[in-house]
Amino acid sequence: MINLVWLVPFLPLLGFLINGLGRRYLSKSQVGIVGSGVILAAFVVSLLIFLEVRQPGFSAQTITLFDFISAGSLHIPFAFQVDQLSALFLLIITGVGSLIHIYSTAYMHDESNESFARYFAYLNLFVFSMLILVLGANYVLMFIGWEGVGLCSYLLIGFWFKNTAYNNAAKKAFVMNRIGDLGFLLGIFLMIVNFNSVTFSHVFGGAKAMGLNNVAVAAIAILLFVGAMGKSAQIPLYTWLPDAMAGPTPVSALIHAATMVTAGIYMVARSNVLYSLVPHIQTVVAIIGLVTALLAASIALKQNDIKKVLAYSTVSQLGYMFLALGVGAYTAAVFHVMTHAFFKALLFLGSGSVIHAMGGEQDIRKMGGLKKYMPTTHWTFLVGCLAIAGIPGLSGFFSKDEILAHTFAANKVMYVLALAGALMTAFYMFRLYYITFSGSFRGTHEQEHHLHESPAAMTIPLVVLALLSILGGYLGLPEVFGVKHLLASYLSPVFAGSAAIATPHHLEHSMEWILMGLSTVLVIVFILIARGRYAKYTDSGKENTGLAKVLENKWYVDELYDAVIVKPLGMLSRFFQDKLERNGIDRLVNGAGRAVTWGSQQARRLQNGQVGFYVFAMVIGIIVLFVIGLLL
Amino acid sequence: MPVQYYIFLSIALFCIGVMGVLMRRNAIIIFMCIELMLNAVNLLMVAFSKMWADAGRIDAAAAQIFVFFIMVVAAAEVAVGLAIIVMVYRNTHAVDINILNRLKN
Repeated sequence: MINLVWLVPFLPLLGFLINGLGRRYLSKSQVGIVGSGVILAAFVVSLLIFLEVRQPGFSAQTITLFDFISAGSLHIPFAFQVDQLSALFLLIITGVGSLIHIYSTAYMHDESNESFARYFAYLNLFVFSMLILVLGANYVLMFIGWEGVGLCSYLLIGFWFKNTAYNNAAKKAFVMNRIGDLGFLLGIFLMIVNFNSVTFSHVFGGAKAMGLNNVAVAAIAILLFVGAMGKSAQIPLYTWLPDAMAGPTPVSALIHAATMVTAGIYMVARSNVLYSLVPHIQTVVAIIGLVTALLAASIALKQNDIKKVLAYSTVSQLGYMFLALGVGAYTAAVFHVMTHAFFKALLFLGSGSVIHAMGGEQDIRKMGGLKKYMPTTHWTFLVGCLAIAGIPGLSGFFSKDEILAHTFAANKVMYVLALAGALMTAFYMFRLYYITFSGSFRGTHEQEHHLHESPAAMTIPLVVLALLSILGGYLGLPEVFGVKHLLASYLSPVFAGSAAIATPHHLEHSMEWILMGLSTVLVIVFILIARGRYAKYTDSGKENTGLAKVLENKWYVDELYDAVIVKPLGMLSRFFQDKLERNGIDRLVNGAGRAVTWGSQQARRLQNGQVGFYVFAMVIGIIVLFVIGLLL
Repeated sequence: MPVQYYIFLSIALFCIGVMGVLMRRNAIIIFMCIELMLNAVNLLMVAFSKMWADAGRIDAAAAQIFVFFIMVVAAAEVAVGLAIIVMVYRNTHAVDINILNRLKN
C-alpha cells in the first residue's frame, strides 16, 4: 500500500482538475460529491498506509517518482517519504479536510454553480499542495507544497473577489508569506552550498558531522524558522491571519486552523536534528513562540468578531506549539497540532454555523442566547471551548499540559508566562462562549426569526470533531497515569536524531501531578470568572479606554507596520514612478521615437520635386567626391 | 602664352556655367549654360594639347580628338534635351523649372 502513496496527493489534484475545468458544466451536487469524495478516498488510502506504518519496527521508506532536478552533482528527486510523522499528518489533513469539505457543501450552498465549483477546486488544490508538503522527502519538494498552500490561501481568502477589502486581506497574507518564503529559500541555498543535497537524510547526516553550534547549521535553522514565522503566523509576521478571516469560514477552519498554519510546525519537527544541534536558535524559537502566544491571547480578550477571537486564538496556540519545539518537546508539539486541528476546526465550523444562522452577522455583541435555537452547535462549541481551555478528560488538556510540563523542566520563568497565557486562553474562549450562547438574544427581530439549527451536512462534522476533541487526547496519555504514551512511542523513530544529541528534559512524576492539578484549578477559576462577567452580558455601548482600547486595537501593530514599512515603500515606489520612470525612462524611450520622426521629416524636404534643387544637390555631391578624392 | 591663363579662363567659364545651371529658371538658358560648361572643358583640352606638344610628346593630338568626342556628345544631348523641352512646353505652356515640381511627395 505504501507504494501507492502517490495516490494520496493525486486524488485531490484530480478533483481540482475536474471541478476547475468543469465549473461551468457541473451541477452543485456533482461538484460536492467529486470534491469531497476525492478527499475521503485519500483519507482511506492514508488510513491503510497508517496501519502499515504503525507496525513496530517500521523504518522510513522513500518512494521516488522521477528525477526532478539534476544539475551537476546536485540531485533532487521527486520523492515521497513515508514515515510515522508524515503518515500522521496525512491522516490529520485528509480526515479533517474531508469533514470540512462535507460541511462546505451546505455552507456555500448559496453561491452560483460556477463559484461553488471554483471554491471546491481551490480547496482540493490546497489539500494537494499540503499533502506534497508533508510527503516530500527533501526540502525542495516541501517548498513546492509550501508555496502551493500559500497560493491557495491567497485564492481562498480573496474568494469573494468583488470586495476590495477581502482582496487586500488576501494580498497581505500572500506578501507576508512570501517574506517568510525568502528566508526558507535562503536556508535551502545554504543547505545546497554546505551539504550539496536537500534530501532530509543527507542534510541531517551532514549537519551532525559538523558538530554542535556550527555557524552554517545555525544560519540554516534560523532562516528556515523565518519561513515558519511567515507561514505559521508568529511575531512579526502574524498580522495576516486575523485579516484572513475575510475568507469563507470553512476556509478559515481548514487553512488557518488545522493545516496550512501547522506547516511551520511540521517543518521544524521534521528538522529536529538541525535545531537540536544549535540550542541557542532553539531558545529563540521558544521565546518567539511564547511572546506570540501571550500577545495574541491578550488581543483576543477584547475582540468582538467571533472569527477574530478564534483567529487570535490560533496565533496564540501556534505560539504554544513553537514553544514546545523550542524546549525540545517535539512529540508534545505534534500532539498539540493534532488536538488543535480537532478543536479549532470544530470551533471555526461552529462559528460558521452561528454566522449562517445569523444571516452573515459576525459581531458577538449582537448575538446571545443562541443555545436554545441551535442545540447541536451549542454543545459541540462548548466541547471545543472546554478542550482548548484544558479541562481534564478532553484532548486539549493532555497536549497543553505536556507542553507546560516540558516548559517547566526547561525554564521556570517561561512556565509561568506560558501558564498565564493558558489562563487567558480559557478566559477569552469562555467569554466568547457566554456572550454568544448565553443570556438573551440581542439582535434584531428579523434575525431572531431566521435563527435555526444548521442542516445535517454541517452538524454531523461538528459532532464528529467534538468526539475527536474528546477522545483524541487518549493517544497521548502521560506516563504519570501509568500507561504508555502512545504517540511518543509511535513518533520516537522520527525524533530519535534529536534525542541522541540533546536528551529531553525529565520531570519528576510528583511534579507533573502538581502542575496538572495547579493548571486545572486555575483554569476552572478563570472560567468561573468569565461566567460571572459575561453570562448575562448586555452591550453597554461604552467605548473601551486605556489598556482595553489598546487590546481592542491589537496593540496598534498594523498601524505601526503601516507607518514604518508600507508608507515608506509607497513613497519610494511613487518616487520611482514619477521621477525615474516617467521623467527618465519614458522620456528616453519616447524621445527616441520623436527623434526618428523629426529626422524623417527633415529628410522629406530633400524630395520637393524642384529640378533646380536636384541639380544643386548633384553639384554638392560632385564637390564632396572631389574633395574626398583629393584627401585620400 | 603660359598655359595657366588658359586654365584660369577655362575654370572661370566652367564656374559661370555651373552658376547659371543652378540659378536660372528658364530651361533653355540652363541648356545654354550646360553648353558653356562643355565648351569650357573643350578649351581646356586644347590648351593641354598645345602644352604637351610644346613638351615634345608625340601623342599630343589625343586631346584634340577628345574635343571632337565632346562636341558630338554635346550635339546629341542638345537634340534630345530640346525635344524634351518642346514636349514639356506643349503640355504646360511654360519652361519655368519652378513650376515643374510634380515629382514631389
